[in-house]
Amino acid sequence: MAADSLVNWGLLSLSAPGWGGVLLQGFLNSIQIAVGGFTLGLALGVGGAFGKLYGGPVLRDLLECYTTIVRAVPELVLILLLYYAGTDLLNQVLALFAIGPVDISGLMAGIFVIGVVQGAYSTEVLRGAIKAVPAGQIEAARAYGMSPTKVLRRITLPAMLPYAIPGLSNLWLIATKDTALLAVVGFSELTLVTRQAAGTTKAYLLFFLAAGALYLALTLISNVFIGMIERHARRGFAESR
Amino acid sequence: MTDETTHAVAFTPEDLPTARSFFLPHRIVMMLVFAAFVVAVAVFMRWDWLPRYLPRLGWGILVSLVMLFSTAILGFLLAVPIGLVQVTGPWFLKLPAKAFCTVIRGTPLLLQLWLLYYGLGSLFPQFPAIRQSFLWPYLREAWPYGVAALTISFAAYEGEVMRGAFGGVPHGELEAAKAYGMGRWTMFRRIWLPRAIHRALPTLNGETVLQLKSTPLVATVTVVDVYAVISKVRQETFLTYEPLLLLALIYMCLTGILVVAFRTFENRIPTRGA
Amino acid sequence: MKKALKVLAVAAVIAVGSGVAASAEALKVGVAAEPYPPFTAPDASGKWEGWEVEFMNAMCAEAKLECVLTPVAWDGIIPALTSKKIDMIISSMSITDERLKTIDFSDKYYNTPTGIIGTKGEDIKPTPEGLNGKALGVQVSTVHQAYAAKHFAPAGVEVKEYQTQDEANNDLAAGRLDAVQADAIALKAFLATDQGKECCDYKGDVAEDVAVIGPGVGVGLRKGETELKDKVNAAIKAIRDNGTYDTFSKKYFDFDIYGE
Repeated sequence: MAADSLVNWGLLSLSAPGWGGVLLQGFLNSIQIAVGGFTLGLALGVGGAFGKLYGGPVLRDLLECYTTIVRAVPELVLILLLYYAGTDLLNQVLALFAIGPVDISGLMAGIFVIGVVQGAYSTEVLRGAIKAVPAGQIEAARAYGMSPTKVLRRITLPAMLPYAIPGLSNLWLIATKDTALLAVVGFSELTLVTRQAAGTTKAYLLFFLAAGALYLALTLISNVFIGMIERHARRGFAESR
Repeated sequence: MTDETTHAVAFTPEDLPTARSFFLPHRIVMMLVFAAFVVAVAVFMRWDWLPRYLPRLGWGILVSLVMLFSTAILGFLLAVPIGLVQVTGPWFLKLPAKAFCTVIRGTPLLLQLWLLYYGLGSLFPQFPAIRQSFLWPYLREAWPYGVAALTISFAAYEGEVMRGAFGGVPHGELEAAKAYGMGRWTMFRRIWLPRAIHRALPTLNGETVLQLKSTPLVATVTVVDVYAVISKVRQETFLTYEPLLLLALIYMCLTGILVVAFRTFENRIPTRGA
Repeated sequence: MKKALKVLAVAAVIAVGSGVAASAEALKVGVAAEPYPPFTAPDASGKWEGWEVEFMNAMCAEAKLECVLTPVAWDGIIPALTSKKIDMIISSMSITDERLKTIDFSDKYYNTPTGIIGTKGEDIKPTPEGLNGKALGVQVSTVHQAYAAKHFAPAGVEVKEYQTQDEANNDLAAGRLDAVQADAIALKAFLATDQGKECCDYKGDVAEDVAVIGPGVGVGLRKGETELKDKVNAAIKAIRDNGTYDTFSKKYFDFDIYGE
């Protein structure tokens, strides 16, 4: 029986008797969450990194707590906490401002959850990258009379990018894989739909291998783009080794 | 994964605060606010379930730690050859090692675990030979699959680190060893391996914390670790926040202890200069 | 790089936007995100079908409610209800005193016995003595888990808990369990599959314990939402009276699933 189901490629066909379409839809959901979560994390990370480097003592300590907690607690636990508590809190805050409860879709909750986790990681990556920018460049910009926002936009951000990209690309790969954890809260991303398909058809090996191939393809394609971006960002740098 | 990324996603020794840093004025205020928050949590939330579950929680923590250490040690033992063959091995060893690292690092651990437990696990009983073998009582259990998945994952990530570490040992040191007339094996045992491990140590800390952060996944295949105990509390009491907050606290303590232990260990290893 | 960031930002806005676009009016009905035939199971196009989906459609149409089926994790389905991620639970959830402390229930809409299946040829009886020393699988936070914990675990039965019924069934077929306790209908549906036919057979119903098993399955609702509860109760009664209930039930069962 297992031998039959192993070679029953029909189960992967895109239309109705096959589950390929459902799998691809789940894959799309995973990518959406990864992109959304990574972007939200990047935004939080830029704010967090600058807060940690240039903020007041209280802000700095609060950010330290945020990054410490996220880096010390398993993602799975954070995802459960944020998934239930986060959206609950959001609604209570909105109620304070007399705005009715918003309808938070699974997708939004997923992006929020992955984003908050990624935010702590990218805070650390970006902080390291900003510190790697030679202080003289920033001082020179100040000496030219640039305003702080202009220094940020014209000097600090572009100059730190080459240092940040390797770390950020790793975070992107982590984000794509962390989406699988949302299966535990019942969100229909690739891993959960794979298990549903496998459970219904009993072709466990086939579906899990297919999903693995999709994740791997995403990673490999990402690596190609990361290589391109890295080369572009490092132009003008002396080749190291 | 680079050293910096590991640091960014895992709490590591350099993040530990110093004792004196707690006595800055604004920190005292913040700690008072935090203490008030803790008191509020303790008073206004429901904790009456805690005593009933304490023995099971202790047992769960033990299971989590056994999972962590057994898989980290097994994974590291696998990582050494995986890293080594990628630096010096012939192509027919280099290629599979590289492919192994790419595939494992490119797919989610949860999927690998389910592939092993549900995929392979549902295949085994079809072969009567396996079912009658002495291994069957173990294959029936869930923990071998959890250990296997976590070990493989650790081996792949740490194998990549060891590859860099082996490659990064200065050539001069190896040449010096050769000049002293050391054989290949002696040189590996006395110079290359210790130096590589030394170089990999900071990353090893981070990877071990990351491994701790991965252990709760085994709860999804019926291993009763601390995460599974907390899930049980959630299901039986219908509480959400209290058990999860406690779980986060438990993991923070475990990470803290792990990191302090690593720092003590690291301080005992002599390092020259920078 | 800037361009890449812009593309990312636009993609995120689209992703977030499509999430908000979901209608805020419709009631979200939670079902466990797992195949649970013949009640709820996804088909190959990702659509959910089964007896309970038909019940939901009929009941909502009768009550003039707009219902959207929303899959959620079974072990978090009650928190999902109380934190307003969903508005109703129609997921074969038995009415029990334990659950009534946290949520409210409509009147029952079906009730079936609880049974045990086991490996073919193995001597298993659905009693504490008949299961002694065996590994019994149950789904977490179900009445079956509560029943097994009360009656079987103290008698030396190794009770293993699963997130989904499907996983428990699969582990029985894989030889990791000796028996599985669950709703008799769901178990018989499993025994009718190729996998179930090959490995297992029905070992019998367990002894009654209404205090644990409850009077039947109801629609889970938040406490205090009496208006919705009244509407649901009226609709259940109406489809029972006008024959709709029997019409769609006949497609799945050759007996009266409503029970006494």
